[in-house]
Amino acid sequence: MKVLVAVKRVIDYNVKVRVKSDNTDVDLTNVKMAINPFCEIAVEEAVRLKEQGVATEIVVVSMGPKACQEQIRTALALGADRGIQVETEDKLDSLAVAKLLKAVYEEEKPELVILGKQAIDSDNNQTGQMLAALAGLPQGTFASEVKVADGKVNVTREIDGGLQTVALNLPAIVTTDLRLNEPRYASLPNIMKAKRKPLAVKTPAEYGVETASTITQLKVEAPAERQAGIKVGSVDELVEKLKNEAKVI
Amino acid sequence: MSILVIAEHDNASLNAATLAVVTAAKAVGGDVDVLVAGTSCGSVAEAAAQVDGVSKVLVADSASFENQLAENVSLLIAEVGKDYSHIMAPATTNGKNILPRVAALLDVDQISDIVSVESADTFKRPIYAGNAIATVQSSAAVKVITVRGTAFDKAAATGGSAAVEQLGAAHDAGTSAFVGEELAKSDRPELAAAGIVVSGGRGMGNGENFEILYSLADKLGAAVGASRAAVDAGFVPNDMQVGQTGKIVAPELYVAVGISGAIQHLAGMKESKIIVAINKDEEAPIFQVADYGLVADLFEAVPEMTGKV
Repeated sequence: MKVLVAVKRVIDYNVKVRVKSDNTDVDLTNVKMAINPFCEIAVEEAVRLKEQGVATEIVVVSMGPKACQEQIRTALALGADRGIQVETEDKLDSLAVAKLLKAVYEEEKPELVILGKQAIDSDNNQTGQMLAALAGLPQGTFASEVKVADGKVNVTREIDGGLQTVALNLPAIVTTDLRLNEPRYASLPNIMKAKRKPLAVKTPAEYGVETASTITQLKVEAPAERQAGIKVGSVDELVEKLKNEAKVI
Repeated sequence: MSILVIAEHDNASLNAATLAVVTAAKAVGGDVDVLVAGTSCGSVAEAAAQVDGVSKVLVADSASFENQLAENVSLLIAEVGKDYSHIMAPATTNGKNILPRVAALLDVDQISDIVSVESADTFKRPIYAGNAIATVQSSAAVKVITVRGTAFDKAAATGGSAAVEQLGAAHDAGTSAFVGEELAKSDRPELAAAGIVVSGGRGMGNGENFEILYSLADKLGAAVGASRAAVDAGFVPNDMQVGQTGKIVAPELYVAVGISGAIQHLAGMKESKIIVAINKDEEAPIFQVADYGLVADLFEAVPEMTGKV
């Protein structure tokens, strides 16, 4: 079966984010960028499905300016077979991405689409669910285990109180949570090989998708800083402060 | 303006996260209706009708809604919600699962995880793991919004007397089925709603050592959480994780034990009223946000604290 994986280029998770002094956005000038960690888990899961003989082909797709080809190449180095970049300079909100993914889905007709549950920049947690709705497909979000068998996929989901398992008819959408797997590192030979794997470049216009958003970002501010408090010298002092100063116990 | 609040429940009782959403809905202004979709969920509807500020409770009772499968419930919410100005749900795993589907069905963008209502169309929400706060304005015909529960006071659970209206709607997309659930059983308070939270990090060393935190938690009537490092190391299950990728908590007292204070953990707890950090590494970043820091061996300090509170 064919698996489609969506990846997003985001600020590297180790980089400390700074807000621009004019409060229009965060400052991404000369900042290290990387594949979104949850998307990396999605790629790894697809590769594991291929290694198990469940998946036959892995197509990886990303939306954005030319630079996002780097992240597609990373996914190809991890084991995806070919890439699609939907090139646009526009700022895309989740619904626009979901519409583009639906167009790619209709063209590629995969049986499984795997996405990260959220991107660590916008923290929206929307795209997979939106794609599922637009394509009329079932969804297994926040997956910690994925098992494909008998025309269905069983997805174990991380929910607030524990774990939930759902059975979804294929084709289906899965979004990854942290414990689904630990992504591998790409080997140097695979990185070299990835450079020769096919990568198609498309545009939203080719898919007939409008990418305008109804959301306007008015301002971005740094959060209120918490002041460091005091160091206490002993447990006795700590308990005394909590009882008499903070009055929380 | 009219706001449809999606009730979070287990078919038996109304989850308190819903009360915070009612408060956010009241800040938007206008009539606040609550939709209860479930199976034999009459007691939830009754509880929702008592919530202060609720105008009307809509109940959709159908076997297809029993386990809140997003494929089914989203069809109902989109049908009922399309004539409202706002649809709001708690930013719980359930709300996060269902609401984007509703937004897509209505062909509108969604605003996730708001922490403040600036006006009926303008909201604040954290981005980059809470390292920046964005103010966003929506021109969507229906504003579909998830609400961070810890950022809003809970509406009073009593004092209201809303009318309860039964909906005939039943939706079954027929594409998904509930297989089973493994829910953590605990006599301790729920993490997201607890007044006191005691959390352990990698410094706990292993899962067995969490026993000393459970003892302290039981003495304080607290919930127990963990950092992602402790979860990744396999000490405790993921449903205990506090942080950007886990639960967001904002208790009166947060006690961080053996937690270094990675950005992603701070994103989940820095709105707590009082933060205590116990760590033997005095350079640990957690001390930069702690109201009271104790540089000590946690294996000595925690049992001592348990004996003295």
